[in-house]
Amino acid sequence: MTANARYMAWALAGLVLVAIVAAGAAGVDVRAGRDVRLFLLTFLNGLTLAGLYFVVASGFTLVFGLMRNVNLAHGAIALLGAYIGYDVANWAGNWFVGVAAGFLATAVFGLALQTLVMRRMEGDELRQTLVTIGISIVMADLMLAFWTGTTYQFEVPEFLFGATPMPWVKVYNSYRLFVLLIAVVIGIALWLFLNRTAVGMMIRAGVDDRAMLSATGVNVQLVFALTFAIGAGLAGLGGVIGGSFLSIAPGEDVRYLLASLVVVIVGGMGSITGAAIGAILIGMAEQFGLAYSRTYGVVFTYVIMVVVLALRPEGIMGRRG
Amino acid sequence: MVAVSDKLDEKKAWSPWPLTRNGGILLLLILYPFIASPFWIVQVGAQTFFLGLVALSLMLLAGLGGMVSLAQLTIAGVAGYMWAIFGESTAPISLHLPWYLVLPIALAIAVIFATLIGAISVRTEGIYTIMITLAIGVGFANFANQNYAILNGFNGFAGLSPPPIFGVDWREPMPFYYLALGIAGLAYFGVVYFRRSTFGLSLQAIRDNPRRMETLGFHVALHRILAYALAGFIAALGGIFIVWFNGRISPGSIGLGPMIDILVIAVLGGLRHPIGPFIGALVFVLLDNFAIDLIDRERFNTVIGAAFLLVVLVSPDGLLGLWDRLKRALAKGRDESGNDGFQP
Repeated sequence: MTANARYMAWALAGLVLVAIVAAGAAGVDVRAGRDVRLFLLTFLNGLTLAGLYFVVASGFTLVFGLMRNVNLAHGAIALLGAYIGYDVANWAGNWFVGVAAGFLATAVFGLALQTLVMRRMEGDELRQTLVTIGISIVMADLMLAFWTGTTYQFEVPEFLFGATPMPWVKVYNSYRLFVLLIAVVIGIALWLFLNRTAVGMMIRAGVDDRAMLSATGVNVQLVFALTFAIGAGLAGLGGVIGGSFLSIAPGEDVRYLLASLVVVIVGGMGSITGAAIGAILIGMAEQFGLAYSRTYGVVFTYVIMVVVLALRPEGIMGRRG
Repeated sequence: MVAVSDKLDEKKAWSPWPLTRNGGILLLLILYPFIASPFWIVQVGAQTFFLGLVALSLMLLAGLGGMVSLAQLTIAGVAGYMWAIFGESTAPISLHLPWYLVLPIALAIAVIFATLIGAISVRTEGIYTIMITLAIGVGFANFANQNYAILNGFNGFAGLSPPPIFGVDWREPMPFYYLALGIAGLAYFGVVYFRRSTFGLSLQAIRDNPRRMETLGFHVALHRILAYALAGFIAALGGIFIVWFNGRISPGSIGLGPMIDILVIAVLGGLRHPIGPFIGALVFVLLDNFAIDLIDRERFNTVIGAAFLLVVLVSPDGLLGLWDRLKRALAKGRDESGNDGFQP
């Protein structure tokens, strides 16, 4: 991407964000008479939701960037992680063990998916995508059979439960702030992993030119398997931490999948930065929509998607071709 | 991807077999209601035709145009919603216009909607198209769930039925079956003809090599958008039948599950030939109704998902491809070149 295009991209992202916040602010003005607190609360809600979306979508975009594989079972994997995390956390009596279990179980699942199924049809992207659709149908149904239609709610650790004092809004849900923190930590960790380690370098090289990478003697299959495992693990991790402030129930898989899809379509596929930008835009749009326009809030997300597609079909941080 | 061998200029010795076979199938379809019970006529027969119609629209886009759109059921849903909004329903916001106005309005709005979806998604290619259309479809279902002013929100519309044209009660099994058969047959032969038309051939050429067609002076995006419009019309016809059959429409009936069902049907049958979607629909409907005998009724999705997976893994061209391979294997023994690339 040329420097010029990059500025354009950032400008576009900034413009959309300003538009949303301005629309929200205007709404504040008209309705609640400059209700700054509601505005800030919505802003924080949007930001923390964006954190969750980023965690889930970063795995999706990582896998896509390297393998051109649209894993439509991503949402189902997130829900699987949430269920396993919930069960393990209950069994161990420790929320953090649950989080680790959710991550590891889905990472192993992703590893199996890549080595047993995806590798058999490499390069046939459409077929891979169809296979993941089939897998998600079966997974959703089997999870419904095993965990039934009950809605589960996580118990978060004591010190994360409750409210944190904040300027202006007085108090804010501690757990949601913690989710934001996790997202930032994961974002930084991913950035370091991709930019400062040998494996990360291989993954980035694979994104640019798969054939060339394997010609240099790198075991591409190993890199693929690892990336898929990390991607699926991030979905499971997102499922567990999301399940602690949303809920764990059948149908949540669609929510995670759709959020990942829209986030990476808007942000640009294969780009971690793009996933962060997309997550912030979509999280904000959802929360501001919910707070200020209850009826049509859901549509904001799609309006953003269509506008971005019309102006930059490859997404804000995406690359052409 | 290699071009599909449609055997355009392959000279074959004339044989009476295809004609006899096709005539036999047609005769069977016409005589079917006389030997079947109402359940088999409507639940299995008619449902196969109109689900096949929606899947046929996907076959047109994916098989001939190389664009896998998940939003075909959404377009069908728009047509169904328009039927409910402009025509008769139990909801107070229906406009109660006469059917001869409602039908063209519903079809036209659905086609316009399809054209818009096309205009948005032709900016993307391949797997991106799946993602965009998936997001659009689920977005529309969410919107319908929230919008009470026009789409009546979560409840949707009930009390929908086919209009009494020519004094016939089209809700009766036999008339409904023949109506569905007639429309599905017209659409089927329409697509068979379309494959050989100039537009159809250029669309297939664009699927195989868009860049070359662009260089030759074809307007690639316009061809694709027109394909969306045409497929949208077929999907809309199917959508009208769906609401006549169900008698109701709500956001749940246009959600992600039903959207993916259409993809499952089309891929299950095969995207190479217009008969594929109807075969897929028949298998789907049979599984839907008789999965209860195979396995717990609640686990229908596992059965259909597993069937779908099996077909995608074993035979990328669906049941049609499986049949072709079987025929070839019988005819020539084993000389498979292993070329089973999935073609849309």
